[in-house]
Amino acid sequence: MTQTTDTNISAGREHLRAALHQYGGILVSLVVLCVIFTLLNERFMTVANLTNILQQVAVVAIAAFGMTWVILLGEIDLSIGSIIAVAGMAGAQALAFGWGFAPALVFTLLAGAAMGLVNGVLTAKLLLPSFIVTVATMGIYRGMVSLPTNGAPAMISDPTWTAIGSDSWAGLPIIIWIVVALFMFNHILLSRTTFGRRAYLTGGNREAALYSGIKVDRLKIAIFTLSGVMAAISGILLSSRLYSAQTNAGTSYELDAIAAAVLGGTSLAGGVGTMVGTLIGALIIGVMNNGMNMLSVPYFYQLIVKGLVILVAVWLDVRAKQRRG
Amino acid sequence: MTQANQIVLSLRDIRKNFGPVEALKAMKLEVRPGRVHTILGENGAGKSTLMKILVGVHQPSGGEMRLDGRPYAPQNPKDAAAQGLAIVFQELSLCNNLTVAENIMATHEPARFGFINDRKLRAEARALVRDLGLPVDVNAKVGHLSIAQRQLVEIAKGLGRPAKVLILDEPTSSLSDSEAEILFGIIERLKARGTAIIYISHRMEEIMRLSDDITVVRDGSYVATRERDQTSIEELIALMVGRRMDEIYPPRLAPAPGADVRPVLEVRGLSCEGRFRDVGFALRPGEILGFFGLIGSGRSDVMNALFGMRSVTGEIRVDGKPLRLRNPAEAIAAGIGFVTENRKEEGLVLGAPLRANISMAALDGFAGKAGFLRFGRERRAARAEVRRLGVRANSLETLAGNLSGGNQQKIVLAKWLLTRPRVLILDEPTRGVDVGAKFEIYRIIRELAAEGTAILLVSSELPEVLGLADRIAIMAEGDLRATVARGELTPEIVMAHATGTHQ
Repeated sequence: MTQTTDTNISAGREHLRAALHQYGGILVSLVVLCVIFTLLNERFMTVANLTNILQQVAVVAIAAFGMTWVILLGEIDLSIGSIIAVAGMAGAQALAFGWGFAPALVFTLLAGAAMGLVNGVLTAKLLLPSFIVTVATMGIYRGMVSLPTNGAPAMISDPTWTAIGSDSWAGLPIIIWIVVALFMFNHILLSRTTFGRRAYLTGGNREAALYSGIKVDRLKIAIFTLSGVMAAISGILLSSRLYSAQTNAGTSYELDAIAAAVLGGTSLAGGVGTMVGTLIGALIIGVMNNGMNMLSVPYFYQLIVKGLVILVAVWLDVRAKQRRG
Repeated sequence: MTQANQIVLSLRDIRKNFGPVEALKAMKLEVRPGRVHTILGENGAGKSTLMKILVGVHQPSGGEMRLDGRPYAPQNPKDAAAQGLAIVFQELSLCNNLTVAENIMATHEPARFGFINDRKLRAEARALVRDLGLPVDVNAKVGHLSIAQRQLVEIAKGLGRPAKVLILDEPTSSLSDSEAEILFGIIERLKARGTAIIYISHRMEEIMRLSDDITVVRDGSYVATRERDQTSIEELIALMVGRRMDEIYPPRLAPAPGADVRPVLEVRGLSCEGRFRDVGFALRPGEILGFFGLIGSGRSDVMNALFGMRSVTGEIRVDGKPLRLRNPAEAIAAGIGFVTENRKEEGLVLGAPLRANISMAALDGFAGKAGFLRFGRERRAARAEVRRLGVRANSLETLAGNLSGGNQQKIVLAKWLLTRPRVLILDEPTRGVDVGAKFEIYRIIRELAAEGTAILLVSSELPEVLGLADRIAIMAEGDLRATVARGELTPEIVMAHATGTHQ
């Protein structure tokens, strides 16, 4: 077992010390990356660019919050990239039918919840491995995106919908407010409630959780549904920024979301992980993307560098925990 | 042969620190060929650390080890095995999807250029199994064997290569008596070949029967070494716990409830396809009902059924109300608690702190509106249980996986005490627990009964059932054969029912 202290599990006075202990490694990685990019390009460390990074990170970060729950349970959700695309298309279609902003928003969130629910029910009730279930639904949902338009993108002209991705409120882009709000929601739900505690315990030992009266199936379904809703919100933000729903939107975002969660210390074995870690992990990915774009590094080099950074970061983390243990 | 040559393995002043924690201080040991040397100590006394140092999993922080008179400092288990030290672990380390032969020969498969010679592998494994007299088929998948058979395969695996010193870490903990006899036969044969055996066990009768030498350890330190013929169980226990043990089974604190008291739990005609048939009994508040049966008799299945983990026919009533239990949550709501047989698999989340483990089954009691946890209240409750049960741990934040077996078992008990159960099922509550913790658990059981908790005690240790239970239900082959009252209990009667020879 890993020697990680989770916030739900180790709340109290030692909180700050535990947090430094836990996030020291990845925080240093984040700072080092920022220093390197600042030295290489003077435009990196500007308010405008940092705001830009946060906006770019938003879509992946929100999806990664949902992914953190799933991984914490010892499961995986590979369908979220496809759910992001379906959500964008669902919103675009609802708006095109003239439903107006609020009904379209609710419809999109419900669509995300329904897709997550299907993943959860298939995993929990049919006892299929979530890897297989979500590989299958990844394909199914991706195909469903094209149903309404036969593969063409759908334009979005609703001013409220597009304002989400482009307008500001109180000096900060709305999109950043949404990320902050969702971070707080997930962080508090995970670290302060019985729901979060049950997720930790079930991920740590499913049998022991079951024998202690935790309704493991119900919990699993709820968490896959939550992951679907988070992905749908990501899809709304993405479609809002693009002024359209694209059939290939969110492709391979599930991998970035997994990378963010794992960089942030979430264990693929389940039972260990925090939203704070995932947020830092998502920031690392965002800083790397942005920094390399500013340096005009070709996309294929970016992929290689990103892969290597993830390997090194996870290796450092594993090594540090082993030494502590 | 000179006296010095007769020591195959010697340890002097072995120390081991994990950070600030001194796990071993000044450990000493001298092991002679052809003799069984038992290491005796409570859980947490440092036995496991010592064994891990011997086989190279850990390196000592100081001190000297010699094997055949030469300095011995294994860097890893493979290195230790190459120098002649083999170990059979207490925890099973077999691959369930491979065959017995593949497991036995793992890490030294007969191979050429990396290709395994399957026929030779099976032949060598079969020879080994026949040589040891094990009742297993080498072509069977390990996953299809019983736990006891797996333990025997584990032992065969440890013997797969010739060893000067063989370490057996609680090899009989999951064996039935007849299977243990097979093991003892193997040990005799190895002794005759001149193999030195380091033996770890908590079963005193077994230790007195098998050992030639016994070294007692306590709190990471060497206490004493005795020859078997010159010591007694009483002396060893006193050395081990550092205090005298006058009475093994504490007496009842309150008189047993009379027949006029209304039962809290009534079971009638309970059956489960292929597992048990027509089981019926009643249990009164404050009563301890022992459930005795050999492995495979169905007793653990009955307990799982009472906890909503099996679909059954028949009647279960708590306080006269009939229940249809579909899952553990409903059983807990009905006032039933269940200390399961395997604490690591079903009892604890090893990667979580003991506070979270203790509050686990009563989590809603520590939540306010909208499910927000009240950490202060949780901590206070956990601390109170830790104190009441005498758990030895640095803090409430210690991970459950870092505790010794006895302390882990107390954490599982604490978890169920917080649910305030009317009926508490204890399935093998002292398995793999050292003598000191055993006594404490017996004391806790007595206290619970005195407070009015009805207790179902499942055990395969007959003295334990006889020492604690007011009545004993005896199961064999899925049938409840008899329920015997305390006054009529003798080991002979119980065994006769359990083996089906009672007239």
